Amino acid sequence: MKLGMKKIFALVAAFVPALALAAGSSVPLDEHRTDLHDTASLQRGAQTFANYCMGCHSMEHARYNRVAKDLDIPEELMMENLVFADKKFGDKMTIAMDQVDSKRWFGATPPDLTLVARVRRPDWLYTYLRSFYEDDSRPWGVNNVVFKDVGMPHVLAELQGNQVLGTALVEEGFDTLTGQPIMVEKEHVLYIEEEGTLSADEYDKLVYDLVNFMVYMAEPIAVERERLGWWVLLFLAIFFVPVYFLNKEFWRDIK
Amino acid sequence: MSQNTNKIMAWIDDRLPVTQTYEKHMSKYYAPKNFNFWYFFGVLSMLMLVNQILTGIWLTMQFTPSAEAAFASVEYIMRDVEWGWLIRYMHSTGATFFFVAVYLHMMRAILYGSYQKPRELIWIFGMLIYLALMAEAFMGYVLPWGQMSYWGAQVIISLFSVMPYGDLLTEWIRGDFLISGATLNRFFALHVVAVPLVIVALVVMHLLALHEVGSNNPDGVDIKKHKDENGKPLDGIPFHPYYTVHDLVGIVVFLMVFCTVLFFFPEGNGFMLEYANFEPANGLKTPEHIAPVWYFGAFYAILRAVPDKLLGVIAMGAAIAVLFVLPWLDRSPVRSWRYKGIVSRIYIVIFGFNFALLTWLGTQPATELLTLIAQIASVIYFGYFAFLPLAPKFEKTKPVPERVTGGH
Repeated sequence: MKLGMKKIFALVAAFVPALALAAGSSVPLDEHRTDLHDTASLQRGAQTFANYCMGCHSMEHARYNRVAKDLDIPEELMMENLVFADKKFGDKMTIAMDQVDSKRWFGATPPDLTLVARVRRPDWLYTYLRSFYEDDSRPWGVNNVVFKDVGMPHVLAELQGNQVLGTALVEEGFDTLTGQPIMVEKEHVLYIEEEGTLSADEYDKLVYDLVNFMVYMAEPIAVERERLGWWVLLFLAIFFVPVYFLNKEFWRDIK
Repeated sequence: MSQNTNKIMAWIDDRLPVTQTYEKHMSKYYAPKNFNFWYFFGVLSMLMLVNQILTGIWLTMQFTPSAEAAFASVEYIMRDVEWGWLIRYMHSTGATFFFVAVYLHMMRAILYGSYQKPRELIWIFGMLIYLALMAEAFMGYVLPWGQMSYWGAQVIISLFSVMPYGDLLTEWIRGDFLISGATLNRFFALHVVAVPLVIVALVVMHLLALHEVGSNNPDGVDIKKHKDENGKPLDGIPFHPYYTVHDLVGIVVFLMVFCTVLFFFPEGNGFMLEYANFEPANGLKTPEHIAPVWYFGAFYAILRAVPDKLLGVIAMGAAIAVLFVLPWLDRSPVRSWRYKGIVSRIYIVIFGFNFALLTWLGTQPATELLTLIAQIASVIYFGYFAFLPLAPKFEKTKPVPERVTGGH
């Protein structure tokens, strides 16, 4: 475990929790500031999902063409990069993996993820996907801080690198005189032992985009729903005026 | 033209009392002129009933009532059906707002003694509507076949097992040894046909009984005591047009709140559409925390406050049953809380907030502290009904005015 102090600082700092507690979860969760208007982020998330998740996880309630339309992805590009070979543009995003096989491989069938962001919530997903750590006692060699003994392997490990749970130096505020960060040795923290192809920041960004995409998928109408909501409220506000004065006019002579 | 219209109306009226009915219930139904904010919630309940029926009809066009397909068909409505998402959210948000309106409507009756003689039957019909509405909402929540649909039904139906022949009874309700597709299908039938028919019939009875004796008012005075030479109550005004235009203002404001929730918070922060219900029902996987939807919270809190299951079910049943006899428990010589004694006035306010507290408690995990609070709140709840018959014995009421006060 040879790692420069500077490096540990950088990596651990990326994991400073925003202290949002999920219901029933005792692990502090990092906040995911979902932005469904960030189409580029959603497109990158879709790409990551297709490349890393869809081998095992379906999104069986969603259709490719709807995703393409909502995320401004041209049909050709979508078919080339995001749609599996045997699928048509209007098909649902199902997968070919056999459920009996997958149950044997992972101990549980990988769940459909169309609605996972509505079940688990964005903060949970964002923290979970960044909380895998090395654990040789598990079948896939990894465990997870947020979801103990999860059956899922760390499929993004090549990107994130090898994360371990152990003792490391963590930044705790700044020295007011020197401006130097105060480093404290802490137990039970996550840090990267061996870097992956992405830096910590890049990895966080990738997971952010992925979770953003999953939030979109859980409720694809969300943006349109809110846009329409403003018009409906505007109508009601305008409609209120004649209704109010009609009432006033009728009640004028009631003493 | 107008002469022809008159002729047609006369022809119909000779055969069907259209004009007479319209006059009896609208243009010549005299309502007290001093209705306040609380009097909107009757018409708002009705608005929500219509909303539920209309959106419900359209939902059934795409919904598939089977254990295998129900969950997916709801997502199909949310994604592939044109405007399906709006209809579904109108229905799910409508359920919440129906209960909000009904609870405030009931609180109004409690504040102003609207259940007192001669309006006992109106209250009884109202309670029956409330009971049917609870059954309707419970069965409706099972239909999307999510985890909470399944496990919520599991918890509620298992309550019947404490009764004599409980196992037979629960099996009869479920139509199976477990909650299953058979349960889902019968709940669908009851939710879309049987119970709505009952509710509509009861609403008609509720209104007929109301229009027979006339509306109460915030002062609890009888407006029929003072009439003009034509026999019209001096403090009464025709429901139409005065209260139709008046209610319209309330409806628009209510719709603003309704639409804000519908378009911006359709999950109601997990109180209306519970997060766990976006996961398909799985009989092998019990959720960590099974919580009812918010509108059942109060009774669920009372159930859990009692450590014994049988006694808990009895307490919960009693909490609902005691409301039925409310008209006979309140022995106060005055109707409105405005003229009741100070202890009554304070307790009535505590009762309202206490019910809200119980509602919240029912949605939370039962920790030791929260259970203790729920126990105290349950005592306060039942205490109100024990207090009502005793109040006149030690408390003086204020003189009730002859005519209504305030108003417009």
